[in-house]
Amino acid sequence: MQYFLTILLSGLLAGVMYAMVAIGFVLIYKASGVFNFAQGSMVLFAALTFVTLTEHGVPFWAAFLATVAVMIAGAVIIERLVLRPLADRSPLTLFMATLGLSFVIEGLAQLLMGTDVHQLDLGIDDLPLDIAGLQLSQFDLFASAVAIGLVVVLSVVFDRTRIGIALRAVADDVLAAQSIGIRLPVIWRIVWSVSGVVALIAGLLWGARQGVQFSLTMIVLKAMPVLIIGGFSSIAGAIVGGLLVGATESLADIYIGPLVNGAVSNWFAYILAVGFLLIRPSGLFGDRTIERV
Amino acid sequence: MSSTTLSAPATAALPRTARRALAVVLGLAVLLLPAFADEYWLNSILIPTIVMGLAGIGLNLLMGYAGLVSLGSAAFMSIGAFSAYNLLLRTPWLPLPLALIVAGLIAAVAGLLFGLPSLRIKGFYLAASTLGAQFFFEWLFTNFAWFSNHSLTLTISAPRLEIFGIDLRPAPGRYLLVVATTALLYWLAANIVRSRIGRDLMALRDMDKAAAVIGIPVASRKLLAYAISSFYAGVAGALFAFAYLGTSDAHSFDLDKSFEVLFIVLIGGSASLFGNFLGAAFIVLTPIFLTRLVELLGLSAVFDNGFLINLEHVLFGLTIVVLLIREPDGLAQMLRAIRARWAAWPLRA
Repeated sequence: MQYFLTILLSGLLAGVMYAMVAIGFVLIYKASGVFNFAQGSMVLFAALTFVTLTEHGVPFWAAFLATVAVMIAGAVIIERLVLRPLADRSPLTLFMATLGLSFVIEGLAQLLMGTDVHQLDLGIDDLPLDIAGLQLSQFDLFASAVAIGLVVVLSVVFDRTRIGIALRAVADDVLAAQSIGIRLPVIWRIVWSVSGVVALIAGLLWGARQGVQFSLTMIVLKAMPVLIIGGFSSIAGAIVGGLLVGATESLADIYIGPLVNGAVSNWFAYILAVGFLLIRPSGLFGDRTIERV
Repeated sequence: MSSTTLSAPATAALPRTARRALAVVLGLAVLLLPAFADEYWLNSILIPTIVMGLAGIGLNLLMGYAGLVSLGSAAFMSIGAFSAYNLLLRTPWLPLPLALIVAGLIAAVAGLLFGLPSLRIKGFYLAASTLGAQFFFEWLFTNFAWFSNHSLTLTISAPRLEIFGIDLRPAPGRYLLVVATTALLYWLAANIVRSRIGRDLMALRDMDKAAAVIGIPVASRKLLAYAISSFYAGVAGALFAFAYLGTSDAHSFDLDKSFEVLFIVLIGGSASLFGNFLGAAFIVLTPIFLTRLVELLGLSAVFDNGFLINLEHVLFGLTIVVLLIREPDGLAQMLRAIRARWAAWPLRA
């Protein structure tokens, strides 16, 4: 039982990390109905920029702010060059565009900053803590604290501020939002910037865990089932989906894995997601507006 | 398909008999090519272009014509490859063409299964289901050695490649196998597109509610689209494994390969059969061109392989984005525009 709980908890904490990435998706999806496949490459780009800066002796916060500036600049460029010309196209076209974009961003990131694996030390030890007999990593606890903080901040921004309400208006009805004077390009720039910052935070946490390297882009693939299970349009859903995927994945690896020759975590989340698609297509927390047949 | 109207001025430029003659000449040229082309051209350019073009047709039938997404083309290619391998190995009496067909059918059944969510959802949500297929089959073929006949490296290579006792393993033989298979399947695809099934699929793509109203069986047509698409992917996968790579494993058909097929469709042009070969040529030639360019400029020491791969990614990505913005119907549409202009010359098309 103790063992089971330890596995479950470590899975849940890994799930928090998935959720971090998924939140970036939800932001953009809510405001523009685009599934941003480039989120993973944005994570890589942000983390690489940050690491390159700190390795050149830039202090932590200066590097952080500089990377935020870079991500905002990137958001403005993407909005102007990619999103605006594609404004009235189908969601599928936009999805393909972000797929192309992800190749550009990851290619550029590695052309500019190299393909080496960088170590990233955030100054938090990855020591196992013993809490009530359960082995927990201090780092994982820190990561979940950051994720929870991020969610609180984002929910407050979404619910209480003028910009947040404008975002929700756009998400609700683009034409109506525009007709009352909300400027779509501004909104897009803001959400892409914010998800760039979320990408940076996710990149730092993931990068500290497994090194800043190309495989960071792969977390985009983990975020997809998270989103389907949680629902594309809900931040809370992203968290719950992340936890669910993290937990079931590590449990499946331990309990199903041995029955079928090895780790199943590569695809298990997807099969789970396909199950959700068949039974509850809008996910646990998603709006019912998802296009159904 | 829009080309029926668009190509009208172009066809007017050449009378029917002339077009037939041109087709015959082209066909002969393609068949006689191995006599002139060297090994490198066949192995590194022609065979991969044609095979990937065939995989592109598979995805295009699904995405371009039926409007359904797949990010798992490579998974169905791998099913075709591993099925063909096991068929050739375990049923020695089965001739090669039949083995290819059965391998395609096995891939079609898998495609049908992973297409089931399309009955309830639309759009890019389907991408998740096909991504699931991508990861699942890569895992399956890596973790169960039976599929690769318990070979230690988990690789497969064609146990035999012959038709009527003719050995097809030399480059010209493999080329002709690929050309003949692709020509047949191209002809089949052209007929599917023009048949009732193709029209139904296009109606579904354009407005599924209207399609349902006029009595098109939406569910079975969608599943059929997945099955046909996966059949093509399966045959292409078997050819890719045996006629191009020679030796391959589950990772020869990874997510990048799926993206490659997707890019072929996007670059070549959705809802165009010929465009797939333009897209495939682009995908195959760009890396070769880049490498040659760097060699020519004498910069091989400065730009290593990793640099070139990243540059390639940037180029592919940019091409996709620019084409989506400027010419959503891809290279095929550009070609049509050029043909139309030539047909109307010196007037403006």
